[in-house]
Amino acid sequence: MRAYILRRLLLTIPTVFFVTLIVFLLIRSIPGSIVDIMVNEQESIGAQVTKLDKQAIEHSLGLDVPIYTQYGRWISDIIVHGSLGTSLWDSIPVTEEIGARWPVTFELGILALIVTQVIALPIGVYSALRQNTWGDYLARTFAIFCIAVPSFWLATLVIVFPALWWHYSPPILLIPFDKDPIGNLKMFIIPAIILGMSGAGGNMRITRTMMLEVLRQDYIRTAWAKGLSERIVVMRHALKNALIPVVTLIGYQLPVIVGGAVIIEDIFGLPGLGRLLTQATESRDYPIVSGVVLITSIIIVFINLFVDLSYGYLDPRVHYE
Amino acid sequence: MAKLTTETKKQSKPVELVKRMIMEQPMGTVGAIITLILLFTGIFARWLAPYGMNDPHPLSALQGPTLTYWLGTDNIGRDLLSRLIYGARISMIVGLIASLLSVVISVILGILSAYIGGALDLIIQRFVDAVLSIPSLLLLMVVISLIGTGMWQVIFCLGISNGIGGSRMIRSLVIGIKSNLYVQAAVSVGAPTWKILVQHILPNIMAPIIIIFSMTVPSVILAEAGLSFLGFGIPPPAPSWGGMLSGSARTYMFKDPWMALWPGLALAIVVYGVNMFGDALRDLLDPRLRGGAGRYGTILKRRISKTITKENPTE
Repeated sequence: MRAYILRRLLLTIPTVFFVTLIVFLLIRSIPGSIVDIMVNEQESIGAQVTKLDKQAIEHSLGLDVPIYTQYGRWISDIIVHGSLGTSLWDSIPVTEEIGARWPVTFELGILALIVTQVIALPIGVYSALRQNTWGDYLARTFAIFCIAVPSFWLATLVIVFPALWWHYSPPILLIPFDKDPIGNLKMFIIPAIILGMSGAGGNMRITRTMMLEVLRQDYIRTAWAKGLSERIVVMRHALKNALIPVVTLIGYQLPVIVGGAVIIEDIFGLPGLGRLLTQATESRDYPIVSGVVLITSIIIVFINLFVDLSYGYLDPRVHYE
Repeated sequence: MAKLTTETKKQSKPVELVKRMIMEQPMGTVGAIITLILLFTGIFARWLAPYGMNDPHPLSALQGPTLTYWLGTDNIGRDLLSRLIYGARISMIVGLIASLLSVVISVILGILSAYIGGALDLIIQRFVDAVLSIPSLLLLMVVISLIGTGMWQVIFCLGISNGIGGSRMIRSLVIGIKSNLYVQAAVSVGAPTWKILVQHILPNIMAPIIIIFSMTVPSVILAEAGLSFLGFGIPPPAPSWGGMLSGSARTYMFKDPWMALWPGLALAIVVYGVNMFGDALRDLLDPRLRGGAGRYGTILKRRISKTITKENPTE
């Protein structure tokens, strides 16, 4: 077990290295065009061309040195100074921008994960217990429906139709949780349900498959043969073992949830990391873009590491080699 | 003699597959029909659409469904039905080509990683880990903001990012096959590596490849719509279903909610259909990949219930 943890930790290092390399190269591999784009952008706005000339931009991006030096500087800035650079347009440190925005995305993500599980687990278990009945077909159709209906369409409908029928529109300004918890939850719950639904379909299907597999095990037959009630067989014997792969699925779902959050935050005007990223990409504020992508990806790497390691504790049958 | 039997089997395989699909997978058949409709609409869009995709009819802008414009018109009076039909073509092209690219990349990366193994495997897999950790939508947005919007850019990005992620599955399949006796035999008689890969490995992962392809199509279609919705996909005036829900259309939806309804509905039906079709295909082609008793369970159950009803006709 200890050897496995050590190996898994060691394997994380090259992964993190590749993440930083991809993020770094993505934005810096075509440096000329970035500077040109920025100059063009400035010119299209008009008057401010004088403020940012080409050399100044190149210098502020650190593009006037070889690419490996740039990477070295960028990494050492992050590790030694904890700095991701400053925004190109308003010179605010990127870490500060991210610090101000992450609680919104975090809350949305957590609520969406809860919604996903609340929908997926009971329906998935029911579907497995009543395999090939109408209830099962209905549940499976619902699962595909969750996968097929795009979240941005659902969100659009939720904004358009209540506005037409009941003249309701979602609040525009963010209500902080510490000032008005109920108002805050009211604001987040609809976006979270829409975001959570898109993950629920896949989760429901995995839960069903895992339950079906577990229900055919010998120890379940033993439990039935002992005359235990369905509730105890399902809750105590089957569900516990079926849930292990479902837990690890959370790690794989995080990137999807973060991606979905970008769209949902855009539609509902929630000022989270997703909206920061959309705005920064549109205004080509690359330090912010690379900062947001890097931070979210590295968090996902470590959550996946944690999920992998917890596997052994959840399932005593698992032996790492 | 043996050759003869395999040949007869090969000839009847597609026909048999269609038969089995209709008999055993009713939902899959519905999905297959939806998929066929998408292909038909996409290919014959020019002849099916009553109007041009960008023909404005300003006098009849923002109309609900009428006899002249079956699904209504948008804010500059373009026929929504025509735009939906041309949108089907975009979804079809993006779905098919990006998935094809993705599968090709998955197969190359997966086979390289699994068959050659060693340090190469370690490096490729850490790279795949890294790509999987970066939320794909974020990655796509950044890449497209750098290389510019457009259909081919979207296809290229979706193909590569999906392909890298999908290589994991091919890798695990190849590792399983690699340890088979016939592969070891081929190695020991000195067959060249490419021949082993083409003759022994590739045919054995063909069914999963078809399945992975069919499952990539709907996710690629959804991803394109999402990107176009955010303004990082296929730029207007191209009638991408995602793009039709974004931009200036959003302000007019409150006057004409039909504009919000149709593109999403088309998208949902297509993704639903292709998903169902892919699921059914998986169940038919590769019993190992599904959970539970699958079709044998269903058939068994049907037979049992039939015998029961025969024995007790009153029930």
